[in-house]
Amino acid sequence: MLEIRDLHVKFHNSNREAVGGVSYTIEDGEIQGLVGESGSGKTVTAMSIAGLLPRKQCSYSGQILLDGMDLLHADRNELRKIHGRHIGVVFQEPMSSMNPLMKVGHQVEEVLLLHTNMTAEERRRKAIETLDQVELNNPEEVYEKYPHELSGGMLQRAMIAAAIIIRPKLLLLDEPTTALDVTIQAQILELLKRLNKEYDASMLFISHNLNVVRKLCTEVAVMQRGLLVEEGKTEQVFYNPQHEYTKRLIAAIPTRNKRKEEC
Amino acid sequence: MKYAARRIAMLLLTMVIVSLLAFVAFDIISGDPATAMLGTQATPEKIEALREEMGLNRPLVVRYGEWLLGFFTGNLGTSYSYKLPVWQLIAPKVGITLCLSVISFLLIVVISIPLGVRSARYAGGRLDGAGTAINQLGMAVPPFFTGILLTWLFSTTLHWFIHGQFPELTKNPAGALKYLLFASVSIAIPRVAMTVRMLKSTILGEMQKNYVRTAISRGNDRKGVLYRHVLKNALVPVVTFLAQTMAEIVAGGIVVEQVFAIPGLGRLLVASIANRDYPVVQAIVVILAFWVVLAGTIADLINQQIDPRLQLGGDA
Ligand SMILES: Nc1ncnc2c1ncn2[C@@H]1O[C@H](COP(=O)(O)OP(=O)(O)OP(=O)(O)O)[C@@H](O)[C@H]1O
Ligand SMILES: [Mg+2]
Repeated sequence: MLEIRDLHVKFHNSNREAVGGVSYTIEDGEIQGLVGESGSGKTVTAMSIAGLLPRKQCSYSGQILLDGMDLLHADRNELRKIHGRHIGVVFQEPMSSMNPLMKVGHQVEEVLLLHTNMTAEERRRKAIETLDQVELNNPEEVYEKYPHELSGGMLQRAMIAAAIIIRPKLLLLDEPTTALDVTIQAQILELLKRLNKEYDASMLFISHNLNVVRKLCTEVAVMQRGLLVEEGKTEQVFYNPQHEYTKRLIAAIPTRNKRKEEC
Repeated sequence: MKYAARRIAMLLLTMVIVSLLAFVAFDIISGDPATAMLGTQATPEKIEALREEMGLNRPLVVRYGEWLLGFFTGNLGTSYSYKLPVWQLIAPKVGITLCLSVISFLLIVVISIPLGVRSARYAGGRLDGAGTAINQLGMAVPPFFTGILLTWLFSTTLHWFIHGQFPELTKNPAGALKYLLFASVSIAIPRVAMTVRMLKSTILGEMQKNYVRTAISRGNDRKGVLYRHVLKNALVPVVTFLAQTMAEIVAGGIVVEQVFAIPGLGRLLVASIANRDYPVVQAIVVILAFWVVLAGTIADLINQQIDPRLQLGGDA
């Protein structure tokens, strides 16, 4: 469903390409992992897919085809119909990615306001239902809160709720579990798996944490300095890494897991 | 609500301090009012008798309390030069200056907010350069100069109002307001230019924030991003700026009242300073200070409604 062909992105204020020729595909219903060190170009790749590159600040080439439509070169009006409706994005920093002066509930239901004819009451009910799905306690209360009144983890779940409320066919998740503690992280992963089964959502899941990627993703891609250095079935990449960099990443997985593997 | 109560308590405290400072300062500067009224030739007995009659021999605190109470009862002493009760002298002028300030302020708000939003929307467009140039011109022209131009155009040439014949506010309100409108325009021009520029740069700054990217990712168009998300975020500094504007209108008004020959508080203040008519000056100083502090308080209360994060704010 999503095909990236030779994506290049270079910011004018830097002399190195942030993304230097990336190609891969995400099939229907697939959860694709994307790992790599800080600054390797994961977020820039995701933003390119979402049609959210700051176009004036960079030069870009290649193609990003979502069911045949080129998102990289689409104009704002075409993108607007896709945004939120067909592509949902969960951004890396939940606190700054939320409007500080808008109630969390209104941000969660905004996609419904923009893409459906639902009434305010219907939207509210749906938002509360979705907040409940991401396992936030007291969703009615959360609905009325402002972002500064919630913790980082709660906000991240609210962000996920906002992205999935309309069930887009592609979800871009930029480190959605980094700010969360381990138990909540596990809950979120379960939720994402459930959504994936429930309506066949495709996902691009960006993470630093290889363990998480391993639990969730069927396929994984590894990025280093703007390049895709390795790609394949998750288990294959883990047991038989080809690239030096991937080997180092796997070697760096926290010890608790290594011990498990040794047994 | 608790915040509002605290904020108003602070306003009152500030006013007590300001008025106390004004009272003590003028008590020291003005020397002996009895001598001032009777002249240096008067005999010491006569002066002493007048001091007793005016209550000047009582302690400072008592006289301060009585004077402060005077702002509510209208008993603020007697003007040296007009030999009239200060309140009777000031009251009609307060009305005129208040009208002038309010009209100017409304002009500023009504013109600059839509204009600022528009100039942010079309920033980088074809008319952006021209807009900036006009804006800078507006900022550079001092109100007294536009005042002179407007007087020449609308009074001397077109006779839309008669310079120097200010209609009484109570008898001919429409005529008075028309007269004040011309003065308000000259006060408003530079402040409109400043507010537009400030609103534009605040909006453009907000546009760079992460939450804007989120709003776009949900399918908002430019208008949706601007009106549903950015505008509210850009408003807090603008409200604060408008409160400063409200204070500065009064200061700017003093000069403009001279240019347009408007018998307002500003003209009375200038005349009273020249005549060393301290009871009048003292009262006007406190009224102007109240206006400034009130503007700041209202701005804080509005901002606290816009931005719930400010409710946590300790002292502000
Ligand atoms: N708006 C921008 N302007 C200029 N350079 C940028 C911009 N956004 C990203 N970059 C650069 O692009 C490169 C890739 O950044 P990117 O955010 O994609 O990394 P990342 O893999 O997401 O890292 P992290 O794991 O820390 O989130 C970095 O060198 C970064 O400095
Ligand atoms: Mg990133």
